[in-house]
Amino acid sequence: MSELIIKNGYVFDPISGVKGDKADIAIKDGKIVEKVSSKAKSIDASGKTVMAGGVDIHTHVVGPKVNLGREMRPEDKLFRGEYRGGIVKQGYRMEMGFSIPTTWKTGYAYSRMGYTYVNEAAMPPLMAPHVHEEIRDTPILDISAMPVFGNNWFCFEYLKNKEIENNAAYIAWLLKATYGVGLKIVNPGGTEAWAWGENCNTIHDPVPYFDITPAEIITGLIETNEYLGLPHSIHLHGNNLGNPGNYTDTLDTLKLAEGYKAKNKFGRTQVLHNTHLQFHSYKGDSWATFGSAAKEVMDYVNKTENITIDLGCVTLDETTTMTADGPFEHHLMELNHRKWANCDVELETGSGIVPFVYDKDVAVIGIQWAVGLEIGLYAKDMMRTFLTTDHPNGGPFSRYPRVIKWLMSKKARDATLDSMKRKDKVIAATDLASMDRELNLYDIAMMTRAGPAKALGMSNMFGSLAPGADGNVSIYDLDAKKLPTDPELIEKAFSNTAYTIKEGVVIVQNGEIVAEPKGYTIWTKVNMPENAQVMRDIKEKFTKSYTVNYENYAVFDDHVYNPRPLEVDVA
Amino acid sequence: MAENNTLNMITQRAFEEGVAMEIGKTSPEYFDACNIIEMNEQDMKRLGILKNTNVRVTSESGQVIVKAVVGRQTVYPGLCHIRQGVWANQVVPPRTQSTGTPQYSGFPVTVEPAPEEKLKTALHLVQGAVGMWKGEE
Amino acid sequence: MPKVYENVGCPYCGCSCDDVRVTVSDDGKKVLEVENVCAIGTEIFKHGSSEHRIRLPRLRQPDGSTKDISYEEAIEWTAQRLYKAKKPLMYGFGSTNCEGQAAAARVMESAGGCLDNCATICHGPSFLAIFDNGYPTCTLGEVKNRADVIVYWGSNPAHAHPRHMSRYSIFPRGFFTGKGQKKRTVIVIDPRYTDTANVADIHVRVKQGHDYELFDAFRMVMHGHGDDLPDVVADVPKEQILQVAEIMSKARFGTVFYGMGLTHSDGRNHNIDIAISLMRDMNKVTKWTIMAMRGHYNIAGPGVVWSWTFGFPYCLDLTKKNYAHMNPGETSSVDMAMRDEVDMFINIGTDAGAHFPIPAVQHLKKHPWVTIDPSVCMASEIADLHIPVCICGVDTGGIVYRMDNVPIQFRQVLDPQGLLTDEELLNKIADRVDELNAKGA
Repeated sequence: MSELIIKNGYVFDPISGVKGDKADIAIKDGKIVEKVSSKAKSIDASGKTVMAGGVDIHTHVVGPKVNLGREMRPEDKLFRGEYRGGIVKQGYRMEMGFSIPTTWKTGYAYSRMGYTYVNEAAMPPLMAPHVHEEIRDTPILDISAMPVFGNNWFCFEYLKNKEIENNAAYIAWLLKATYGVGLKIVNPGGTEAWAWGENCNTIHDPVPYFDITPAEIITGLIETNEYLGLPHSIHLHGNNLGNPGNYTDTLDTLKLAEGYKAKNKFGRTQVLHNTHLQFHSYKGDSWATFGSAAKEVMDYVNKTENITIDLGCVTLDETTTMTADGPFEHHLMELNHRKWANCDVELETGSGIVPFVYDKDVAVIGIQWAVGLEIGLYAKDMMRTFLTTDHPNGGPFSRYPRVIKWLMSKKARDATLDSMKRKDKVIAATDLASMDRELNLYDIAMMTRAGPAKALGMSNMFGSLAPGADGNVSIYDLDAKKLPTDPELIEKAFSNTAYTIKEGVVIVQNGEIVAEPKGYTIWTKVNMPENAQVMRDIKEKFTKSYTVNYENYAVFDDHVYNPRPLEVDVA
Repeated sequence: MAENNTLNMITQRAFEEGVAMEIGKTSPEYFDACNIIEMNEQDMKRLGILKNTNVRVTSESGQVIVKAVVGRQTVYPGLCHIRQGVWANQVVPPRTQSTGTPQYSGFPVTVEPAPEEKLKTALHLVQGAVGMWKGEE
Repeated sequence: MPKVYENVGCPYCGCSCDDVRVTVSDDGKKVLEVENVCAIGTEIFKHGSSEHRIRLPRLRQPDGSTKDISYEEAIEWTAQRLYKAKKPLMYGFGSTNCEGQAAAARVMESAGGCLDNCATICHGPSFLAIFDNGYPTCTLGEVKNRADVIVYWGSNPAHAHPRHMSRYSIFPRGFFTGKGQKKRTVIVIDPRYTDTANVADIHVRVKQGHDYELFDAFRMVMHGHGDDLPDVVADVPKEQILQVAEIMSKARFGTVFYGMGLTHSDGRNHNIDIAISLMRDMNKVTKWTIMAMRGHYNIAGPGVVWSWTFGFPYCLDLTKKNYAHMNPGETSSVDMAMRDEVDMFINIGTDAGAHFPIPAVQHLKKHPWVTIDPSVCMASEIADLHIPVCICGVDTGGIVYRMDNVPIQFRQVLDPQGLLTDEELLNKIADRVDELNAKGA
């Protein structure tokens, strides 16, 4: 029986509606409880900010394309950051890499920022055993991974024939086979087209051979998701990412969710999560006329209750872009002419990787930076607006504290804007300079914990300090009643917690790793009767088209580490 | 082709070598699979080498006795091949062009008839190279 | 009753076939029959139940003979020497599962040594090229289902990857390639008329060591300068270059499978670098992919595992303790050996005794040498200590990475009868090194 009490901190817990009041948080046997005995170990949090452990709804930290990024970029290890001076290692293992850190650094670095659960945003089903190997070697964090479905041949065939039940049976089978948590969609249809060197730029471009459109794939997968009642909604990276003028495609995409209502027992209210919205909110018809459409897109999001979004902020760093959107990465390579990796995955998906320097002196990049922040500042419902950088695409997750600083401080935004060589062009193409809004700590708690946990259908476990939730708590050295006037101190406080506590165990103290217990693999277990036709279809595809045998495809149970299922019953 | 007896050597995999390696590197199968040099017939004639007789191969880093054959996978005049393995690595230069990878293919060797010389076993060659061979020379 | 295992993975080449059928005796100790496998794979499974198998560690005695010792003694012997060594090197991993490779990373990080894998002498130049130019590739199923043009360049699957052509490239009938070989054009580029060239539509006989020139000639054609080519490049007539370039640019989906012919020859990484540049050219007009013909069933594994562990796939110098360093040429096994920098050598899941150039072996042998391997091989017969372990895919399962980096889950078919797996052995060694470090600190 282990007991812990965190006393006198300023608590921000949107799930319980606590907005910075002084309160004690009690943890017993790893869970938040109403109270503990007098024998409980006590942590004094007076003058500090207390939140639930952070939840990252969209990040690329484990799996084949992340790892190919690590492999192909030895130079990323030259950015040692605070390790340049040869700081001794804190945890049991070394920490290497900047934009694509090793699994060990990933676990330690998220923990130092007070995050305890992250959702890997793209798992190619065929490569699922690789994802789970990396989860094994990522310390501390609870991790889930979303298999990608937007270019899956089974889904194409079922959805073309409007066979939602069969599609649902296939998806239930695949979630089990991969120990996946939910439905990711990346450039629906476009990555399949890329296998022939083509793309789907709008939601109505038909997929070569399969005779289905991205719009049909998206609505079909929304219907399937709600038929199953999964914890999370579909998680969408739409078509035409990154291009001038793409906001109209984005609005077309978001409108596909109209009329659908969330059906689940997990408290989730959205039917579509549009990820890294920043990359999808551009005006203009060329790079010369490139501009922000954050207002147009957020006006729609703000009035549409059944949608959630995350920012996908650009952090102005050298980073490594990587996505299952194979044609986009090829397009990006044609723009920046750097090294390019690509991997098309049979019957399922693809991916590409290109290093990218977000140089703040380039106008388009300054505009991208502004768009990401504008989305956060235009948002009206912070429980539907989440903080991400689409790590590592807009910049590494280790820059979240900097994004928080920009969102919380106009002074910090102005300072960055002032340092840009093409400042005038950035100001002309965006609204940011005229936006006075500064987010508060409660907003940040919604965007980094409560909101993403709710959208993932996990707010009873994560992102919450209500009794029954996992005892994951972050304590920041930030006096909520007397915030520093120097924005740099905000960034500093969010970079290294005073304490990070995972299931009642102190993991980080004063910014240093002090314990590294093993986290959970979170996945969704759908209980439904076996569908004989779907099982026949699956076996036929393995016989004819896959190069791995059916019996070896599903991740063996002993290759999954500390699994923790979310159960769904479908009659 | 130059008149001297310098040839360009490559060392690569062979199916027979693969099978024999899995049987065991001390097996007769491995011995038979790997101690041969495959040459072009013209070169053999020019160098006075009879098919299936032993030759001495010398490179910048060592020498080895192997048996000369005309392989099924033919080489053009001036090129020769020893299957990867113990015999080949007696002559492969360890220079790596700063890449870590030795010059397994494309290095000059001289090949001369040595019909009286005996082929050594794999164990003899490797243990002999590190002063551990206890058998007959 | 003999037991039949289906869908067994084959621990031989980079094809990592996962459809082998193995029949095992009732007591789980003897392989009776092996089906769906090439002759090389058959030998591995047979070897698994060979009565000559070494089942206990063997320590070299002053007179040159060996003495059987317990695993505990072998672990202590190895850990003590690792602890004392200033720059120990652990090298190999062509034949270990990823679990073993992860444990090896732990050992060498704790010991503060160097860690390298067989890529250093095989596809290391591919890594160097990937560092510089990326890697546009695909999984083998994409080739099976889509490819209408296949190029084997400096690779000879008929010998090195026996089922590659039948399972993945030339012969299978895939989703968009229902006619199989009939609708595929196969081009082999090799200085030898190999058995692979024998089944190709076109054999381009390139001059050995001059591949770079030929790649460059193809790039000239792709950029519209075919007319500028001289009559012959790298012994290849201009007409044939133009013909092959035409076939390649008209492909709907093409793949270049390249091998040691490029990485072992003059040019090394430059050959791969320009091959990738050619792929970038090709992808402006149609779809092309490239793939290294990785030699062993899990030699892709260490590159994958160590990239997520340290950020580098090979040639790791962990002696700095707080961070990893990689610099092929400086931190590569053969170069370190030739400079006499290594003061202890652990050969694992490979045979450096047979496959390193002999001068490198002579240098390494000046210091303590441990061989961790299921078999008797050259490296075991010159080692101070030989520690036998399970054969991955036979006495133990685990995850392996096929040549296209697809993870394949291998199965255990034989009772290990007391043999430790690589992972178990290495974790015990790491535990002991950690204890020694803690004591020393």
